[in-house]
Amino acid sequence: MDTRLLHDLKDLLGRDGVLHASEDLILYENDGSVEVGRPTYVVFPRNTSDVAGIVRLANRHQVPMIGRGAGTGLSGGAVARKGGILAVFSRMNRILGVDVENLRAVVEPGVVNADLSLAVAHLGLYYVPDPSSQKACTIGGNVSENSGGPHTLAYGVTTNHVLAMEVVLPTGEVIRLGSTALDPPGYDLMGLFVGSEGTLALVTEITVKLTRLPETVKTLLAIFDRVDDATETVAELTARGITPAACEMLDGWTIRAVEDYVHAGFPMDAAAVLLFDLDGLREAVEVDAEAVADVCQLHRAREVRVARDARERDLLWKGRKNAFGAVGRISPTYYVQDGVIPRTKLPATLKRIEEIGKKYGFEIGNIFHAGDGNLHPIIPFDSRDEAQFRRAVQSADEIIQFCVEMGGSITGEHGVGMEKDRLMPLMFSDADMDMMRRIRDAFNPKGLLNPEKIFPNTKGCGEIRVGGPPRAPAARA
Amino acid sequence: MSTAAKTLPSRLADIASPAQVIHDPAELRAYAVDGKDPLVAVRPGSVEEVVEVMRFAASEKLAVIASGSRTKLNIGLPPRQYDLALDMMRLDCIVACDPGDLTVAVEAGIPLRKLAGVLAEHKQFLPLAVPYFDRATVGGTLASGVDTPLRQFYGTARDYLLGVEYVTGEGVLAKSGGRVVKNVSGYDVHKLMIGSLGTLGVILRINFRTFTLPERSRAFVALFENARRALDMRHRMAQTSLTPITLDIFSPSATRLLLSDAAARRGSGALPPDLLSNKHWALTTGFTGNDKVVERYGAELGRMAQESGAMRMSELSPEQAPAAFSRKREFIPIALESSPAATILKISVLPMRMNEMLEAAARIADDNSLPWAAMVRGLGVIFLALLPGEKNEDWRRRVTLTANHTIAACGSLEGNATVPWCPSEWKSSVKIWGLERADAAQMQKIKKVFDPTSILSPGRFMGGS
Repeated sequence: MDTRLLHDLKDLLGRDGVLHASEDLILYENDGSVEVGRPTYVVFPRNTSDVAGIVRLANRHQVPMIGRGAGTGLSGGAVARKGGILAVFSRMNRILGVDVENLRAVVEPGVVNADLSLAVAHLGLYYVPDPSSQKACTIGGNVSENSGGPHTLAYGVTTNHVLAMEVVLPTGEVIRLGSTALDPPGYDLMGLFVGSEGTLALVTEITVKLTRLPETVKTLLAIFDRVDDATETVAELTARGITPAACEMLDGWTIRAVEDYVHAGFPMDAAAVLLFDLDGLREAVEVDAEAVADVCQLHRAREVRVARDARERDLLWKGRKNAFGAVGRISPTYYVQDGVIPRTKLPATLKRIEEIGKKYGFEIGNIFHAGDGNLHPIIPFDSRDEAQFRRAVQSADEIIQFCVEMGGSITGEHGVGMEKDRLMPLMFSDADMDMMRRIRDAFNPKGLLNPEKIFPNTKGCGEIRVGGPPRAPAARA
Repeated sequence: MSTAAKTLPSRLADIASPAQVIHDPAELRAYAVDGKDPLVAVRPGSVEEVVEVMRFAASEKLAVIASGSRTKLNIGLPPRQYDLALDMMRLDCIVACDPGDLTVAVEAGIPLRKLAGVLAEHKQFLPLAVPYFDRATVGGTLASGVDTPLRQFYGTARDYLLGVEYVTGEGVLAKSGGRVVKNVSGYDVHKLMIGSLGTLGVILRINFRTFTLPERSRAFVALFENARRALDMRHRMAQTSLTPITLDIFSPSATRLLLSDAAARRGSGALPPDLLSNKHWALTTGFTGNDKVVERYGAELGRMAQESGAMRMSELSPEQAPAAFSRKREFIPIALESSPAATILKISVLPMRMNEMLEAAARIADDNSLPWAAMVRGLGVIFLALLPGEKNEDWRRRVTLTANHTIAACGSLEGNATVPWCPSEWKSSVKIWGLERADAAQMQKIKKVFDPTSILSPGRFMGGS
């Protein structure tokens, strides 16, 4: 620790704006992933000028700086891999303005995702992207990771709902990107910065689109005795062009974990359930719900239940959104993966995941955004057993490799971060990554902002270290 | 002609075949950008050939402009230098069509019309209903960044573009994104390519998400005394749960253009002359959905039109609707054809400021005795066509004053305004890229990454880069 830097940080942010004792820092060494890295300082900026000041100090002292929202990320994006200053945005959590007529809101990065939707609900509006962690995660973090969620199937992910930002560049310069009106001229810098995983700038203000709450929402639960029937249902719905607002799948293992905990009404003996939200005009929802039910029945659904009211709907969704918490009761540590496949490859991929689980001795659960082919295999492991953790990482890497072989992606919404940097060569050539690195270096020339994220450390060897060096696993409550 | 120029065709012929290299000055004129002809044109037949050509261009510092069907090549500032025309029309294959996954991968030179035909076989489509639809290529559509009336519901290309493969100004072949509908691996470099006018890279292959063709659609036209009332109906619609597929408002002079002979040539089918009125503003909107849904739309629209003081509202017949839609899609070329020196501004403001913006623009144009026509997208984008009677100094002065004042007025409303279409000779006095932007320096950083020696469309982009 550099006492001069500590002094400067306290000068800038006040004594209560800086943490540096190891017992405090330990709380900030994880995010929601299995990655670990202890920051040297944790700081709490209150405004843009604080953030710019932090960036200037990091530059003067040549230490890394990392932005962090609620720390719910699942790829180590907000973990201080190389130490340095971790800027936590929890004090920049004000909704600065809501423009009802133009359907815009301006927020600070620390605003909790669900809080924005709650704040505008009385106006009949909401903010669409809804990651499962939406009750905790922040919009700043969502912007960095380009987060998705169950309801992005029909309405798009974060990048489709963000219009303008104020950011602090790694040089300390404060700039505005995008515009509240549509189509800002020039290169689409917003498109580049959203989802850049905190490697190009620290975001200090965000203008988002708000959306009118749907007139009707209908939630359906389809229960299947065979996993294949459920996945084939999804493939057929896609092919028929029926796009529900959400289409989630839980397999038998996950159903039992959830049901024990949430009592959402999922049958304990089912092999899989599909959870659908249909929303929009009541005339459309009625017909679409029937069409969805028909396709489910065609694929041998044992039963299709329709939530009768908001309470039943909320209960079903509680089962989905609290699934990870439920898994935590069975296995205190588990590894959540995030891969994408073309939707027609769902049946083959789930079979392969089962085989990989058997090979490594895991019962891998599956809960995921089936409608867009975004898988979230859950691999439970015992954190005290280093060898088991190593096997968990190996099995996860094999799953991701299979996703890419199917024409998919290494990550659909969790990001690359430090978790998957070594897997980037599965999708991208050296030249592809080199162009991206050069963009990073153009904005982040000294590499002080969020170092060693996204891009593999070694390049050109062409070898992918599947199941790379295990790190001390995180204990999850 | 310099020695280097003399040897250019033969060296390019080593890469592509001699038959695909054009050096006849008369033929080269077809590739002119803002009146400037290239020294040579080449029509590569494969991705590998494009990469080779770009490596050659990089080593020789040749200024390259890639083009498709060349319908929108005059957008932007005139090129500072233009040596090599890279004709992408032979790269017109569908790389992969996955109807079950609602995705498609194509080469950049594929015409939109051809792609639409293939997708239609699977009852799917791409919502890129852009101007010059019958000729435009997918690559040119992305690079020019033109929008589509379908953006009201489907968004713009950036909302369904999944990935791009491109060659940089250094001849490096690279890609970003992927082929699945959800993907956050690596930076979204492909989004930078949209509207970049080929200044960052030559687009080779493109992956899109596709959509299912709707089962039923209906289209309506409501006529209003003034813009304010037409916009009032737009605002009423925005307050409801209705989700129109298109929503555009036309000024009286714009409706006149839509009924012109030029429009008839571009529209598929006839429109009844009394559908529109050259004295009234017209709100046009289309919906899709099942029978009950479109029935409800009809009823609710009727009510809203009345509340907003519409003169009348009519529904288009199934025969008229496609004709009306294609004229709406082709408004830009129709307007360009209607005047010897048409100049078209693209203005975006917050939806609730559209009326103020339109009033300001109309006042400025009227003050300069300049005929104008406006197409207004419901989401807050105004295409303002300035239509001078002749291409001479007097009209140039009036167009310049009107365009630049309108741009300033838009700036004070916190909007964005550029001039995508303008006679080449007038571009030095019109603010083609609008007001200077605070993030312009960041865009320069991007340009340097992709094209450090500035050989890709040099001079055409914002700030003359």
